[in-house]
Amino acid sequence: MAKKRRIYLDYGATTPIDKRVINAMLPYFDKKFGNTMSLHSFGQEAKLALEQSREIIADLIGAKANEVIFTSSATESNNLALKGIAFANRKKGNHIIISPIEHPCIMEAAKWLEKNGFEISRLSIDENGIVDAKEVEKLIKKETILVSIMYASNEIGTIQPVKEIIAVCKRKGVYFHTDATQAFGKIPIDVNKINIDLLSASAHKLYGPKGVGCLFIRKGVKIEPLFHGGGHESGLRSATVNVAGIVGFAKAAELCKKEMKKESKRQRNLRDKLIKGVLENIKDVKLNGHPLKRLPNNANFSFSFVEGESLLIQLDLLGIAVSTGSACSSDKLLPSHVLSAIKLKPYQIHGSLRFTLGRWTKESDIDYVLKVLPNVVKKLREISPYKNHETLRVSEP
Amino acid sequence: MTKIYSKKVIEHFKSPHNFGKLKNPDGIGKVGNLICGDVMHIYIKVGRDKNKKETIKDIRFETFGCVAALSTSSAVTDLAKGKILDRALQINKENIIKALGGLPPIKTHCSVLAIDALSEAIYDYLAKNKRKIPKQLQKKHKRIKRELEVIEKRYKSLLKRK
Repeated sequence: MAKKRRIYLDYGATTPIDKRVINAMLPYFDKKFGNTMSLHSFGQEAKLALEQSREIIADLIGAKANEVIFTSSATESNNLALKGIAFANRKKGNHIIISPIEHPCIMEAAKWLEKNGFEISRLSIDENGIVDAKEVEKLIKKETILVSIMYASNEIGTIQPVKEIIAVCKRKGVYFHTDATQAFGKIPIDVNKINIDLLSASAHKLYGPKGVGCLFIRKGVKIEPLFHGGGHESGLRSATVNVAGIVGFAKAAELCKKEMKKESKRQRNLRDKLIKGVLENIKDVKLNGHPLKRLPNNANFSFSFVEGESLLIQLDLLGIAVSTGSACSSDKLLPSHVLSAIKLKPYQIHGSLRFTLGRWTKESDIDYVLKVLPNVVKKLREISPYKNHETLRVSEP
Repeated sequence: MTKIYSKKVIEHFKSPHNFGKLKNPDGIGKVGNLICGDVMHIYIKVGRDKNKKETIKDIRFETFGCVAALSTSSAVTDLAKGKILDRALQINKENIIKALGGLPPIKTHCSVLAIDALSEAIYDYLAKNKRKIPKQLQKKHKRIKRELEVIEKRYKSLLKRK
């Protein structure tokens, strides 16, 4: 029986580990397995690998090695950044500004801080998902200690005007943190050129292992740790260090730096082919996010009059893996807060699909999607009570 | 291949039964709201069987919604077709879930929505033809209208944007 074709276009959710990364990690499971805090040679060879990895990760973003600490994930790094800055700067102020399209870990950490004596302001965004630096300036007050805005959106791919926003923060003496999970390794980031104070990233978005993240903390910026204990990572993140994972993270970062220019161009071309094909061959569809200032691998569409989970499962049955922002597809039956924030109409929010390309996406994968997707949408529209805007106007309150 | 849904749900989803419109339907039931993400329309044609009892001669559905919503709509039309109105009104969500070989608990509301859509279609037929409407059905109709008002009120700002 012919092997069923499987096309993975959900690299934004997670990525397979590159074989070169697996090979780099292997010795650290059973040969160089020491605890980095041990004084003997087993410990010290593990410590050497840890510090070499730290240098490689720092190099990818133009940071110094001693400005990078390792965590379990971007979720942990984001929690550490927000809560760490909040509690270290309590005497200075209690006001934090975030965008409305942050990852749930930032949104939930902010909500928790709100319940614990902090004031959170949520910015607005335009219909492309862009934050206005002028609004940031308006909202900053004496009590503001932190602005946190994601470098690029995991859902709609929009890249924020980080340089302008940081300029405002510097003028007002406020720290700037960015969740760079989706941008790290895909587009060049230089923490010194644009003066970032804190930056979060995660290994499993760039062909590294799950369970490893990092937090860049500019020298001189103080944070309160979340974990207290043996004093690992300069006292900022106590816990026995996951050397194998960190070595994998570093190898993944090294490969991304080497291949970034070529890969981003290749993926951008495939992404643009997908976008062009969808917009030209399917009616009543919209590209979400900024048309130009977007990640090279992200294409998020709203297909009017049909629902996202249905689209997703139809594609899954054809071997194509993507994700959706519809309410029916979430655990809480709530629609994507990102798509709601860019003011999509309800019938657009529910009909959204996110395609995220990656290292192993081939042109033939895109061609196959373009071949089958129009029919998938057509079939679901035949079953839908809404076929066009006319039926929408007549049927809906 | 998806493992969240049962085989029967996927079968209905891949090839839904009785979807589309009816020419001059005798009763139309419309439930759900685009804001929540599930909308079901059920259309029925009513005839009389050999005992002169009113039956659902034909039935169609149109649904905007997830896999569960499409499958429950499809399944309810199978269960209702050919039934006399009183029996059709007795179809409950457990019947639908059984016919589909199970539904994930978080999707149970889709089976309720399908029952509501069928009820509204029968209510519409009885009301249009000035028939006596059973008390239970009247209560249900009131509940469905009330729920829709609550949704519209809660999301007034979203609606204003339209």
